[in-house]
Amino acid sequence: MNLLFETSREGHGCSILPPCDVPVTSLPETELRRKELRLPQLAEVDISRHYSALERRAHGVNNGFYPLGSCTMKYNPKINDEMAALPGFAGIHPLQPAHTVQGCLEVLATAEQYLCEITGMDAMTFQPAAGAHGELTGLLLIKAYHQSRGDTGRTKIIVPDAAHGTNPASAAMAGFTVVNVPSNDKGCVDLEKLRAAVGPDTAGLMLTNPNTVGIFDEAILEITKIVHDAGGLNYYDGANLNAVMGVVRPGDMGFDVIHLNLHKTFSTPHGGGGPGSGPVGCKQLLADFLPLYYAKKAGDGYAFVQPAQSVGSVKAFYGNFLVVVRALAYLFTLGGDGVREAAQNAVLNANYLREKLKDTYEVAFDGICMHEFVLTLEKLKKEQDVSALDVAKTLLDHGIHPPTMYFPLIVHEALMVEPTETESRETLDAAAEIFRSVYEQALRDPQSLHDAPTTAPVRRPDEVAAARNPRLRYQF
Amino acid sequence: MMNNPSELLYTRSHEWVRFLTETTAQVGLTDYAQHSLGDLVFVNLPQEGDEVTQGESFADVESVKAVSDVYSPVTGTVKAINEVLLDAPETINKDPYGAWLVEVENITDREELLSADDYAVHCEKED
Repeated sequence: MNLLFETSREGHGCSILPPCDVPVTSLPETELRRKELRLPQLAEVDISRHYSALERRAHGVNNGFYPLGSCTMKYNPKINDEMAALPGFAGIHPLQPAHTVQGCLEVLATAEQYLCEITGMDAMTFQPAAGAHGELTGLLLIKAYHQSRGDTGRTKIIVPDAAHGTNPASAAMAGFTVVNVPSNDKGCVDLEKLRAAVGPDTAGLMLTNPNTVGIFDEAILEITKIVHDAGGLNYYDGANLNAVMGVVRPGDMGFDVIHLNLHKTFSTPHGGGGPGSGPVGCKQLLADFLPLYYAKKAGDGYAFVQPAQSVGSVKAFYGNFLVVVRALAYLFTLGGDGVREAAQNAVLNANYLREKLKDTYEVAFDGICMHEFVLTLEKLKKEQDVSALDVAKTLLDHGIHPPTMYFPLIVHEALMVEPTETESRETLDAAAEIFRSVYEQALRDPQSLHDAPTTAPVRRPDEVAAARNPRLRYQF
Repeated sequence: MMNNPSELLYTRSHEWVRFLTETTAQVGLTDYAQHSLGDLVFVNLPQEGDEVTQGESFADVESVKAVSDVYSPVTGTVKAINEVLLDAPETINKDPYGAWLVEVENITDREELLSADDYAVHCEKED
């Protein structure tokens, strides 16, 4: 497929700009570009076809089942986009005076109120652009808190070995040293190892609950207490909130700061560049450190205020505002009962699919799961030389986006399946049938799985070459 | 069957050690390790002069699947790093027992290391 630059033809273009309605002035000579920008020259129809062609080569939730674990690829209702397209939201400028965008500030303040209610937090910033950005922001709050108390020896963040890879990365970015604690045989935090790991140098703990193997850690109150007793704070990675929203609140589990992924849990577009939104909520003890542009009720209206000891801006202006509009539309659509039902159905769907697959595939951890579960294909790999990657690639030929592969790292040849609540029983039945037939194919004809995908628009990209020699810009 | 040279010593975490003198040794990743990791795309090595501690991570290697820590079998000072690997991590896949990661000197401590035969038994158990 040709790139836009390769499709470009001298003299082609679009004339979609309206006539200029402001006075024209010229810029000083020194400020002018000397060379023309090398932009591709294309008619609107060619651009439109280019992006439609790209879309046909991709797989999104609108194309089919997308059980990507820890990603919550739920369907995004169209009403969210309708709300975000309203001119009062879509047509504003970030430097407009606050009194002219009161509705937008009300969106931020209302979303904060609802999301704080769901998570048990006291305040929330919408500046972070996505989950890992939220993690960094949350850790900066923890750092600022300890420093404000003169408690400068707290340099370590504890992360379980089943954590999302972003957790240790964010901790390192925030200037902390990462301490890994192993999981026990149930995939949960090993309490003894945690007790041994905490101390006067503990700044905090980062945890996902339910964790990355889809299990709710029942010792959560004990875990957060161990960290609090040592003087640390507890950070909740909200990637798996879809399993528990409306049922149990991170704030009640003992967490002091959390991030949410609006693009996962709250049904805003996800993947392919998003944009995402990773708001960070915190308990009152951290609220003074929140980033700038915090929208707050002021008299009859709303104003942006600067928290007293703010860590500063973590992104330009207000974060990805239109994503917050979409998430709020979703919350209004579902209501309190609907939010809880969404979580319950996400858990039901995951358990339904797990039960249907457990006699064919080996489930890594027994028992009822939450919103996702992990299969291990170690046996298939050993006996048939068919890997999790081969099965994932074969699923593409059947119109299913593969589950997350090779994660969490504590499970070998892992496939992590998260169906979400928006899939029907019929879709799950059909998917289970495909998963089973792929397993039988692996026993009968392993080579065919090494060759897969054969019908997808892209065969197997050379991931090794891409990682070793990435070409990240167009060479003119 | 993996080829594990008998003149080397091994760790349970799949590093090999080649003692050049009593207190100097090269450390690398075993054939089993490179096979399990798959094609390596990046290697992060310590710097010359860094202290390494027995049982603690001193480097990491990245494959298409994941990033993995490499643990030091000995305590000592990094005398040299194999800079070739920084631009050509695939050397570890092609020649695991030639592709040493670091050379450690002033070795004061070492963990209990396995012979090639004992290591082969250990690998079979891991499978």
